[in-house]
Amino acid sequence: MAEEVVLLDFWPSPFAIRVRIALAEKGIQCEYKEEDLRNKSDLLLKMNPIHKKIPVLIHNGKPVCESLIQVQYIDEVWHDKSPLLPSDPYQRAIARFWAHFVDKKIYEIGTKIWTTKGEEQAAAKKEFIESLKLLEGELGDKPYFGGDNLGYVDVALLPFYSWFYAYEKCGNFTIEEECPKLIAWAKRCLQKESVAKSLPDQKKVYGFVLQLKKAFGIE
Amino acid sequence: MAEEVKLFGTWGSPFSRRVEIALELKGVPFEYIEENVSDHKLKSPLLLKYNPIHKKVPVLLHNGKPILESLIILEYIDETWKQNPILPQDPHERALARFWAKFIDDKVNPPVWRALLGSGDEREKAMEEVKEGLETLERVLNGKKFFGGETIGMLDIAANFIAFWLRVVQEFSGLEFLTPDKCPALTKWCDEFVSCDVVKEHLPPREKLIAFTKNWLSGNGWTD
Repeated sequence: MAEEVVLLDFWPSPFAIRVRIALAEKGIQCEYKEEDLRNKSDLLLKMNPIHKKIPVLIHNGKPVCESLIQVQYIDEVWHDKSPLLPSDPYQRAIARFWAHFVDKKIYEIGTKIWTTKGEEQAAAKKEFIESLKLLEGELGDKPYFGGDNLGYVDVALLPFYSWFYAYEKCGNFTIEEECPKLIAWAKRCLQKESVAKSLPDQKKVYGFVLQLKKAFGIE
Repeated sequence: MAEEVKLFGTWGSPFSRRVEIALELKGVPFEYIEENVSDHKLKSPLLLKYNPIHKKVPVLLHNGKPILESLIILEYIDETWKQNPILPQDPHERALARFWAKFIDDKVNPPVWRALLGSGDEREKAMEEVKEGLETLERVLNGKKFFGGETIGMLDIAANFIAFWLRVVQEFSGLEFLTPDKCPALTKWCDEFVSCDVVKEHLPPREKLIAFTKNWLSGNGWTD
């Protein structure tokens, strides 16, 4: 049976970007359907009735929801090419831990940076940098979190690089100053075609953030 | 090499108990170390060494290597000890088990505590969230004996909170989250689950949990 892979997508979403990178790494043909989140399609509501969110991966008509679950699914189904999770159970547990850490810390705190001001923003910036430094510690001297090649944690974290410029402008700080290793890592990843074609332009993401701030009345 | 398996846990935590159930199911002998989690100063140096970032239980130590986060530990256990698998083989089924386990932790567990701690509108809203979550799980169960089918799987283990903690809170607080008329299959599942051999030794003592929760609540200001 011919494989049918569809991704319900939204260009700046870090969660959707993760799936795009995974699909590209594995060379999987996919139909990308851009969603208008103010006017969600019937397909989206049918395929993710619980959360009504993107990304939704639809494989031969069956939906898979939640980006990290989707990346694991892709890794399990298309297991013969570019494995993302290591084969050793302990290394897998470590990779899952750090991917979960990215979800808990980078996304939530990053959001606070562009949605808050004053003391709350200052605290968010501090925690953000601390979290990035912990990730730098995990990266160590490896070229990628996955070792010699892109792995699960690289895929989990990379999309947020597209948002760094927006965080920096909104928070009035420079990430590279504090976390040069991480920026070097991101630039190294961008050399790969699968990453370069999946990550949106940072300035475009900043424009989107400004639109959101206006729409939500955030200064 | 002899296996060395240790679990740093705490008697009242559903997350900690999940790991106990999985190890029991797989027949893996382990050493249990009770951590005092209410007083940070009393957390053991070993816990702080193995989980420096979050300083939380459960922590599974396998031949000296720490594994953190209950759902991650469950997957690790399943991959390391192959007997009595708790995750399905099929990738789509696995994705579903992971999705619903996350749903329980993100959408069902937190509003139970919000309902307990809150009052008025906030409590109402939290109650609605829990009830909706439970009704969704009723549909997921779809008349099966367990989420895992004939025997318990990862999702059943992840749902331990509902089978025990949620029902204990319901009984002493009078907040009716789970009712047999709205969720008949789920209600039956709760009874089946807590009676399983591999589960019943790994539930907190009921009265002790009630006393502990009430004590914690009065420290936080229980209002009615």
